[in-house]
Amino acid sequence: MRILLVDDEHELVTALSERLEIRGFVVDCAETGNDALDMASKNEHEVAILDVKMPGLSGLMLMERLAKIQPGMRFIFLTGHGCESDYRACEQAGVCSYIMKPVKIDSLVERIREAAAREKGS
Amino acid sequence: MRHVPGHRRFGLPFWQASTLPSGEKPLFNYRRIWVKTVLGMSIVALVPLVVMTLFNLYQYDKTLAAESTFPVMRLVSDTQRTIEAFLEERKAAIEFVVHDNDFAALSDQGRLQELFVRMDVAFGGFVDLGVIDETGKQLAYVGPYDLHGKNYADQDWFEQVSQRGIYVSDVFRGYRDVPHMVIAAKHDKEQGGFYIVRATIDAALLTSRINPQDGNSRSDVFIINQGGILQTTSTRSGKVLDRYSLHVPSPTSVPVVKRVEGPGGRSLILGHVYIADTPFILVVAKQHRDILSGWWKLRATLLTFLALSSAVILIVVVAVVTFLVEGAYEADMRRTITVHQMEHTSKMASVGRLAAGVAHEINNPLAIIGEKAGLIKDLFTISKTYAADERLMGLVDSILAAVERCSTITHRLLGFAKHVDVTLDDIDPAATVKEVLGLLGKEAEYREIRISLDAEDGLPKITTDRGQLQQVLLNIINNALDAVKDRGRIDIGLASYRHDRVSIVIADDGCGIGPSDQKRIFEPFFTTKKEKGTGLGLSITYGLVQKLGGEIRVDSELGKGTRFTVLLPIRPARNTTGQGER
Repeated sequence: MRILLVDDEHELVTALSERLEIRGFVVDCAETGNDALDMASKNEHEVAILDVKMPGLSGLMLMERLAKIQPGMRFIFLTGHGCESDYRACEQAGVCSYIMKPVKIDSLVERIREAAAREKGS
Repeated sequence: MRHVPGHRRFGLPFWQASTLPSGEKPLFNYRRIWVKTVLGMSIVALVPLVVMTLFNLYQYDKTLAAESTFPVMRLVSDTQRTIEAFLEERKAAIEFVVHDNDFAALSDQGRLQELFVRMDVAFGGFVDLGVIDETGKQLAYVGPYDLHGKNYADQDWFEQVSQRGIYVSDVFRGYRDVPHMVIAAKHDKEQGGFYIVRATIDAALLTSRINPQDGNSRSDVFIINQGGILQTTSTRSGKVLDRYSLHVPSPTSVPVVKRVEGPGGRSLILGHVYIADTPFILVVAKQHRDILSGWWKLRATLLTFLALSSAVILIVVVAVVTFLVEGAYEADMRRTITVHQMEHTSKMASVGRLAAGVAHEINNPLAIIGEKAGLIKDLFTISKTYAADERLMGLVDSILAAVERCSTITHRLLGFAKHVDVTLDDIDPAATVKEVLGLLGKEAEYREIRISLDAEDGLPKITTDRGQLQQVLLNIINNALDAVKDRGRIDIGLASYRHDRVSIVIADDGCGIGPSDQKRIFEPFFTTKKEKGTGLGLSITYGLVQKLGGEIRVDSELGKGTRFTVLLPIRPARNTTGQGER
């Protein structure tokens, strides 16, 4: 399964992507919204894991752009803040999961599989 | 706090309120306000009343004093006229006898008898009549006593009449030993020398003339001479020729009325006048008490009225002031409670913001540590060299456990600061408690802790936020589980409270909380669980209960257990969702 991981924290992205790869995922990493858009246009991803707050494009704005490129893409959000308004916005936008950092890898893997299992576009 | 048991009896909580129940200093000294207001109002109300009453009493007293002297004055004048007329008539009669008859005729016993009868018929009151020559020898005498030939030369009246010509004597006993008075007139003979015609009048006649005839008068009317000897019988001062007990009044030709202290300290109204050309002083005495008996009744009525109205005024003043001061005190109490709540809310809000900021900043590096350590573990697990190295794996696991612990704290901090709106549903509180117990049941079962749930029959559903209520119950029951020992017990009770609320009581028989800690348990980061607790559970619970429009209380005794009471409104107040920090 190919997934897209976007977070402005370089150290987090490298470690997390490697761990996911160990668990059998193909991970494309991006540290900015624009990099992510580039990658999305090159490969098809089933699930995107996005940080909510990033410089430039925010997680939600990025989600909209990515959804236009790949309408079937499912989204999981990671956040360090847990802000209620962000949570509600994500919920309304049809985000599959909203997870607080730090995240347990097993739990994340489970969420990815759940998201992938959801019908496209739902 | 000072304890004044005496005042507690009167149910005046403000009386001993040197501090409010909240521990704060009251806005005002309510005791002083009460005393000042009661004094002020009483003075304003009572002083005019007392002054007016006393002024009236004084005026009445003055008027009455003036009026009481008037009748005495009139009686003195009337009696003076009566006595003067009585004496003048008799003096005139004797003078007429002297001038109308020559010495020879008067010396004749038969002629004198004739004159005496005529005089007695015309004027009355004469006891006898005598003619005395210049040597003092009685030449002729008509009367009931045997006084013929008696010599009066050494008697005082003889001396006086020899000098003055006409004379009215004091009352005296004389030879006959009966109180009488003498009226005598001197006549000079043509051939030189003189003779005296003397008539005596019984003192009893004088007494009967001056005493008022109406029996109702309480006046004592009598005559004294200038030596202070009673000349007539007095009803109170004594018999004729007794000594008068009071001072002889000063000479005056017009009636004078005075108030004097009588015998036995009784107040007397005393009137007197000197009767001209006689040794007599007319005295009228009246007991002041007799005059004032009506006045005493009026005074008693006025003073009773004053006392009663003062009592009524005082009762009303005390009642009104107590009511008002109590109202102010209660308002002050409510104010401090509100201020406390506001302070607490704002403290929670600042702590919440701080906590959220810190949590957010820590979460990202924490996530990096977690992922790096996780990666190390992943790599170790894959590697044949390290997979079997228990020490290395243990170290990595320790890091991961520490990250987990930190993330629990940061997640809770963020949860504490969360601005979650309240979403309202009709909820069965008993069912909600059961759901929560379902989550915690495993631990209780494992530790053999007995949990009982006692819900009142017909407990109403409450309109509140299910998730937040669950959170509240979870936090409190979790605390109880931490507090009790294995095989301990937790009792949960649900009941209606004052018609508009439901009380949820969670009591445990655990270690209890000390009095000083009880004040702080709702403060953020306050914990007694050492490394096990974050100190946020109860402060979050407190915030949530507030948000739901409820109250939370704690009663605890060290070693005996703790009892949390949550009161939740059946229907939320209008501003429930607006509460909490923003």
